[in-house]
This record gives sequence, structure tokens and C-alpha cells, in this order.
Amino acid sequence: MQNALKELILQMADDALVLGHRNSEWTGIGPMLEEDLAFSSMAQDKIGHALALYTILHEHMGEPDPDKLGFMRKEEEYRCCQFVELPIGEYDFTLARHFLYDHAELIRYEMLVNCPFEPLAQMARKVRGELKYHVLHADTFLRELARGTEESKARMQAAIRYAWPYALGMFEITDADAQLAAAGAYAGEKERRSRWLSTVSSIINDAGLQVPEPDEAKAIYGGRKGYHSEYLKPLLDEMTEVVRLDPTAEW
Amino acid sequence: METHTKNFTAEEIRSALEQVKDPEIPVLSIVEMGMVSKIDADAEVPVVVLTPTFVGCPALNLIRQSAVEALKERGIHAEVKFDLSDKWTTNRLSPQAKEKLEKFGLAPPPYLSDEELTEEQLNRVRCPHCHSTDTTLRTAFGSTLCRAIRFCFTCRQAFEQFKPVA
Repeated sequence: MQNALKELILQMADDALVLGHRNSEWTGIGPMLEEDLAFSSMAQDKIGHALALYTILHEHMGEPDPDKLGFMRKEEEYRCCQFVELPIGEYDFTLARHFLYDHAELIRYEMLVNCPFEPLAQMARKVRGELKYHVLHADTFLRELARGTEESKARMQAAIRYAWPYALGMFEITDADAQLAAAGAYAGEKERRSRWLSTVSSIINDAGLQVPEPDEAKAIYGGRKGYHSEYLKPLLDEMTEVVRLDPTAEW
Repeated sequence: METHTKNFTAEEIRSALEQVKDPEIPVLSIVEMGMVSKIDADAEVPVVVLTPTFVGCPALNLIRQSAVEALKERGIHAEVKFDLSDKWTTNRLSPQAKEKLEKFGLAPPPYLSDEELTEEQLNRVRCPHCHSTDTTLRTAFGSTLCRAIRFCFTCRQAFEQFKPVA
């Protein structure tokens, strides 16, 4: 049970760390000032959430300190889904991923507010309130662009279609899943996927766009088991460039 | 432990913490912000537990250091730590704190009656400049994690709000 919990927390932390870094890539180049601020703020939130989760692993579960956990593992030891690894692309893809991912993340925290492992439950109760702003932002932009011009509507539809198989990959099931469900710690990825599908489908439909088929055969899995896209390694290298040059550097 | 020769009461510790400001909201102390969740004055080394406003707030370490130093100035050697055992929400801001925020030019958050953030709560916000409530949310993200940017239709100015968090 302890190992299954570790696995889940690592998945959550790695998702937040990697997508947090991707979000920060919009700092300074956002399409307008408000959006630059939005993605920079969400980056700060997500990297802060990752830090808090790595701290739980360190303080309660005997794992190394948060810096080592976050930055010094081998690529195959990361447990993020491939969806968060993809480059930011154009703004349509960034927004589609933001919308599909943040709803799934909020649902994961909502499913953990009564987790018997109290540090994780406390974290879930706190972070839930913060993530409401992330999904509010995502929903607003999805609606606005879907109801904007022919071009903005077509681009949002295409971006959602492109992101969809990766989004389904967020719910990859590992050995930890059944153990956590049996222990009443976390109801599992199947449950999360079904809640997510109903939430995002109603918003996508409401915006006048089409919901792609939730065809499990098309889901892009691997990340939760350490098989990553070609994009993770270069990102990890970039994040750890300074510390690898000089492990004792302070800044 | 010889580091403190005198025992301090929780009130003395709280009063020292009133000197500690959140660097991003310089008009409010961490006590007025509702960030002090526990003071254990009876422990061998007194313990102060703080609760973060936002988990990812970059000022947390600085706030902890400032708290340790402010206590030291009064001769109090205490352990100061952050945890999430007591959840911070914007409802923990005292009425006086909200008044100070408004004078500072930052619209205070409305009182949240439950865990849900409703459209109405996001919309009924008074402009700190002209006090009109004819305002709208421009973006939920501002210059710091705790601020949103709004616009007032009456005085036609943008203003910042301390955003409500449940």
C-alpha cells in the first residue's frame, strides 16, 4: 500500500513539474499580457504543487529531498503522462491541453480529499481551491475561441482532436491502481476518466465543438510506466543544465 | 535547553509575529492574514505553525525567515514551520485586514459561504478607487498568485483584487 501511494504521488508530482515547466515557456512571449501572466502564474502554482508533493514523499515516505526527486532521477524513473511532455506548440494546442489536463487534475484532487493518508488529503483540500482558477481560465478561453471566428473555432476543434489520444493517456492504469482502490485511498483511473469525460464533454458540446470518440485503443500510454516521448529527455536536460555543470552552485 | 531563559506566552509570540509582513501584501501582517494556525508556547522550544496562502507562493521561505528573526529580536527562539493541517482560505482575513487592503488599492475578497466559488462571488466586487460595484473580472491571474485583475466601468480604471480562495 505504501508503494502504491508513492507511485500515485509521484505521478501527480511529475505531471505538475513537467507541465509547470511547459507553462513557464510562455513567460515573456504570451499572445497578450494577460495570457502571459496567466500561464506564468499557473506555472508557479504547478511547480509549487510538485514541490509540496515531493516534500510529502521526502518527509513521510523516506524518499530523497525534493530537489533530488524532482531533478536527479533518470528519465525512465519519471511517472508523468506523455501528454504533459509535449512542446507548447501553438496557442491552440496549449489551450486544449490546459483545458483537458486541468480538469483531470482537479478531479484527481477532488477524489483525494478524504484519502486516509492525511498529508495527501490536506494537500488535496488546499489545492482544489487554487485549481478552480485554472479550469475557470481554460473554460473561458475554450468557449470564447469556439464562438469566435470560423478560424478560431476550427483551430480549437483541431487542437482538441490532436490532443485527445494523449489526454486519454493520462488515465493509464498501473499496478498501484487496484491496491489503492482496495484500500479506499483513491478510487482509481477508470473512475477519474469517467468523471473527466462527462465534465469535459459537456463543456465542449456547450461551446459548439465536437467531442472526439473516447476510444481506449487510441490512448497514448507509457508515461506512467516510465516510457516517455522523445520530448521529456531534452526538457529534463534543460531543467538540470546548471546543476549538472556545478552541483554546488547557489543562486 | 539554555537558549531561552524565560518562558514566553502565546500572546507574546503572537505580538512579535504582528511585525512580520507578507512581502507581496506589505500592509498586512501574517497574523492579520490569518496565516498563523498554531502557537505552542509550552513546548521546550516553542513552535509556530503557519499555513500558506497559496501552496506555490514563492514568499513562503522569506516569511518563515522573517518570523524567526522577529521572534529572535524579542529573545524568543522558536521553531517556525509551514504545514497544511489548517487550511487557509480568504475567509481568514479579518474585517480590519480587508479594510486595510481596500485602502491599499487592492479590492478585498468577498466572504465565501461554502467551498464553491460562484459567478456571483466573482462578479460582485467593489472598486477600491470609486467604490462602484459595476466591475468585471479581466483575468484571474495578476502580478502575484493571490491577485486578479478587474476593471471598473464607473471610473474606467483597472484595479487589482485579492482573489477569493476557498
